[in-house]
Amino acid sequence: MLHLRVAEPMRECEYSQISTRSSTPMETPYKKRTPKRRKWQAFPGRNKFYCNGRIMMARQTGVFYLTLVLILVTSGLFFAFDCPFLSLQLTPAIPVIGGVLFVFVLGTLFRTSFSDPGVLPRATPDEAADLERQIDVANGSSSGYRPPPRTREVVINGQTVKLKYCFTCKIFRPPRASHCSLCDNCVERFDHHCPWVGNCVGKRNYRFFYMFILSLSCLTIFIFAFVITHVILRSHRYGFLNTLKDSPASVLEVVVCFFSVWSIVGLSGFHTYLISSNQTTNEDIKGSWSSKRGKGNYNPYSYGNIFTNCCAALCGPLPPSLIDRRGFVQSDTPHPIPPTNGTTMYGSTQSQSHMMCSGEEPVQDLSCCHTPAAE
Amino acid sequence: LPPQFHNLQELRQSPSLATKVFIQRDYSEGTVCRFQTKFPSELGSRIERMLFEDTVKTLNTYYAEAEKVGGQSYMEGCLACATAYFIFLCMETRYEKVLKKISGYIQEQNEKIYAPRGLLLTDPVERGMRVIEVSVFEDRGSSGSSPSSNVSSGISQR
Repeated sequence: MLHLRVAEPMRECEYSQISTRSSTPMETPYKKRTPKRRKWQAFPGRNKFYCNGRIMMARQTGVFYLTLVLILVTSGLFFAFDCPFLSLQLTPAIPVIGGVLFVFVLGTLFRTSFSDPGVLPRATPDEAADLERQIDVANGSSSGYRPPPRTREVVINGQTVKLKYCFTCKIFRPPRASHCSLCDNCVERFDHHCPWVGNCVGKRNYRFFYMFILSLSCLTIFIFAFVITHVILRSHRYGFLNTLKDSPASVLEVVVCFFSVWSIVGLSGFHTYLISSNQTTNEDIKGSWSSKRGKGNYNPYSYGNIFTNCCAALCGPLPPSLIDRRGFVQSDTPHPIPPTNGTTMYGSTQSQSHMMCSGEEPVQDLSCCHTPAAE
Repeated sequence: LPPQFHNLQELRQSPSLATKVFIQRDYSEGTVCRFQTKFPSELGSRIERMLFEDTVKTLNTYYAEAEKVGGQSYMEGCLACATAYFIFLCMETRYEKVLKKISGYIQEQNEKIYAPRGLLLTDPVERGMRVIEVSVFEDRGSSGSSPSSNVSSGISQR
């Protein structure tokens, strides 16, 4: 009888205890013993974070510093040695345009390298358990032998696309997402992992990457052209050998630009083609939408015409980061009965993020930054 | 906010989580953010189908608005490109604005519709936009056996 009397009013107040506001660490003053950790400190992938989580890069950043040094040194030498002569002899617009290009190149490089490429956060334990249950029901298998690779089929615009299950992230990857073996993350609309920018190129930073290589092509051609002009003009006046003596930096600049131009302009052209057909590097290398695979094979993501594809890729909306690097780790997430051990969802994988990556490092072709993702 | 008690009253009054139901993404229209509107059977007894489907359809409309490739997104894209993307340091993107609207909508739905029925929606953005997580809380008022087991366990702890 006691239960019945208490049950009715309890029904009202117990549901009012459900906090409809997402809890913050400040709501539980009793649990202040452990210091607040930011989510980037407990991030399970193999990324490096700087500036308290504001900057996110891949683990290996050596080649990025090389890129930066090449750009800074070449442009610096150009402004110091060639621009004074050219601005006097031709027009002061040359250093101005060069300066604008230089700032644009650095801005887009930093955006590409430092931003989240579109990393998908790993599944929470409850989600993973729910998926496992669904897969077991579908497979009809019990524990014992390893079940076959898990895939789900979905029809997109009339084309059948297979969604693969990621064993690391414990999710079914959305279409066009791929798992980067170097960063150990699933990335949305994965293009490739670029060592030159020290980051993956994916949904959130593809346009920055494209603008970077495009502006870098312009800058390289610009510097190349005007250094040659400078050398020619000076040679007419003072002779070729004297010119080389007066401005030795020009030789270095010409060499760097000459070798860069082929690869960077080529890469820009390749990505222009990819953008206009709305494909990723990953899809192109695998030939996912190539007509050689079958007569009915076409790209279901393409909008049909080049203009719309370009606009969608470059001027489409920019989705925000899903991993919330600077948020605080919440240590008291409720779990369904029976209760689990109550550790945070990233707590158990903390050791993984500090683990040194031993073993296979995929061979990278340094002439182009196309490292296909391992599945 | 009600004060936190570390005693029996808190154990009796705070609702315990029974299960979580996950609404998965619907990829039939490509990579745009859409959730399946199929009504999950686990929620059958807790909430009316129409209410739930309305919530999911409204969320899908919000996401479609955020991801729309049209005049406003072109303007934003071109302006951002012209400033070498430095403008993102001070400006909020349209997507972020819509996400704020969505979080307000989910809060309102939780307060009005879901919490009174012992359910709680989690904003998909907190789950990487993969799922809408619906937490189902134990319905103690309905059956006679479960409250008694909880109360008796509470008494035995005394």
